[in-house]
Amino acid sequence: MSANQTTQKTRSASAFDVERIRADFPILKLKVNDKPLVYLDNAASSQMPQQVIDRLVYYQTKQHANIHRGVHYLSEVATSEFEEARRKLQRFINANEDREVIFTSGTTEAINLVMHGYGRKFIGAGDEIILTTLEHHANIVPWQMLAEEKGAKIRVVPINDAGELLIDEYEKLFNDRTKFVGVTHVSNALGSINPIKEMIAFAHARGVPVLVDGAQAAPHTKVDVQDLNCDFYAFSGHKLCGPTGIGILYGRAALLESMQPFKGGGDMILSVTFEKTTYNTIPHKFEAGTPPISAAIGLGAAVDYLSAIGMDAIAAHELDLLKYATGQISSIAGVRVMGTAEHKAAVLSFAVDGVHPHDIGTLLNQEGIAVRTGHHCAQPVMQRLHVPATSRASFAFYNTMDEVDALIAGIRTVQKIFT
Amino acid sequence: MADYKSLYQEVILDHNKKPRNYGTIENPSHHAVGHNPLCGDHITVDVVVDEGRINNIAFQGESCAICKASASMMTTSVKGKTREEAETLIQEFLAMATGKLSHENCPHIGRLAVFAGVSDLPTRVKCAILPWHTLNGAFNAVASTSTEAEEDPMHAPIGDA
Ligand SMILES: Cc1ncc(COP(=O)(O)O)c(C=O)c1O
Repeated sequence: MSANQTTQKTRSASAFDVERIRADFPILKLKVNDKPLVYLDNAASSQMPQQVIDRLVYYQTKQHANIHRGVHYLSEVATSEFEEARRKLQRFINANEDREVIFTSGTTEAINLVMHGYGRKFIGAGDEIILTTLEHHANIVPWQMLAEEKGAKIRVVPINDAGELLIDEYEKLFNDRTKFVGVTHVSNALGSINPIKEMIAFAHARGVPVLVDGAQAAPHTKVDVQDLNCDFYAFSGHKLCGPTGIGILYGRAALLESMQPFKGGGDMILSVTFEKTTYNTIPHKFEAGTPPISAAIGLGAAVDYLSAIGMDAIAAHELDLLKYATGQISSIAGVRVMGTAEHKAAVLSFAVDGVHPHDIGTLLNQEGIAVRTGHHCAQPVMQRLHVPATSRASFAFYNTMDEVDALIAGIRTVQKIFT
Repeated sequence: MADYKSLYQEVILDHNKKPRNYGTIENPSHHAVGHNPLCGDHITVDVVVDEGRINNIAFQGESCAICKASASMMTTSVKGKTREEAETLIQEFLAMATGKLSHENCPHIGRLAVFAGVSDLPTRVKCAILPWHTLNGAFNAVASTSTEAEEDPMHAPIGDA
């Protein structure tokens, strides 16, 4: 095999037809600063294929009305499409029942729902909540608010230099005051994939429920909540080629039923008098008020789109991108990759010697390349790595090896400007 | 669209690499720390004002090139000036960087006009104005200032996630 063939092979190990997929995403045809857009900020928000855009337009032009209320034609259509979207999401994460799938505004609201609905009811003074160093602020701050209110305590699982959770330390944190575990499936700052199935089994053996923050995992891997055996699983539509303002909380039915409502209002009740209100059954108990109906239906279309490509094919292509990008970036002198976990999703956090991440972000933008710079809402990770911020390229299945090359060339340009 | 490269001009890169008046001063008459909590950047500014004149000034901190160059050029611009002159310059710089005034309408701005381009980069404005906020804080005995303070003209968070 010639050297040339070898490079070809490392650049594209799978027969994934990325060009055909890219044709579905109108935004990828944009030019930024007269350069073709290279969108590598997918961990923050991914882009929407025409199929989802069309679904939103169709809903809005032919199907819109409020749901669960009217007996008229449009209300029935909208209700049935909304509930069909719930079933699509149920299948997407292999939940046992559709009533275990609650529409929220996103991961953040899903976690807050669990904090209010479960935490405030079942966690008290002196109780302990286990979180990890890798958590996004969305899975830290709600629990701090609860701990402050109740006099509970937060214990934190440390990481090693590669960005992997220290599982021995996790296990040592358990005691008879441990009441809850919150862990991210995939780190948004470093890409580490955590061994959540084993962590859940360990917690369950001690009777402790586990919430998984799946915001960064759901877009990139097949999620099976029954196989994981998690109690709660939260993720966001906008990172999954869906609309903003919609997300999912999966919860085990028995747990959801035991919880108190999060928000009060219409739709979450069976009957209201000024003496007593009877709450609706799940999932409606947690969906007070008019939900983002079109966004939910759009998310349903997004998971259809992803499932048609196949989450395994998506994961394989993204792993190819990550491996190629990691190899290329590591060959540049003066560039350091942060997050070298053995199991990683397609997130590449890096530092360039002598150049602040914000300068990197601005200069890459000049080349049409969108990366995220900053602390990624994960300041505990940054503190652990002793950096104020990093630059982060995060890949989606519609990214190409050529875009990796553009990133690498962009980083070299930045270095040239700063020498 | 802004020409981003124009922001990273020779003079800015040079001040970033070789910042002037970098360090601290023992017994300053004025001192403040400035933070940009969104990126973790922070700088300190020490000033010695004697009979209304800035006899000495120094800064130190961790920051991006825009912030460091802005701080370095701020120190060279205000050293030897009266406090009133420096305060006028602070106001002009803030107005120019936030796009309220064009640099042509800032009579004292001089070489600092190289920062005019940041007004097109909302996420970078804070980097350029942090040193000036901090100097202002030092003059007004505000020991710690933040680009997220309520009076901040660019009170808009950098993106999330
Ligand atoms: C791991 C993780 N958790 C939670 C969130 C919050 O998601 P959202 O802002 O959609 O609620 C994000 C992304 O922003 C994330 O990456």
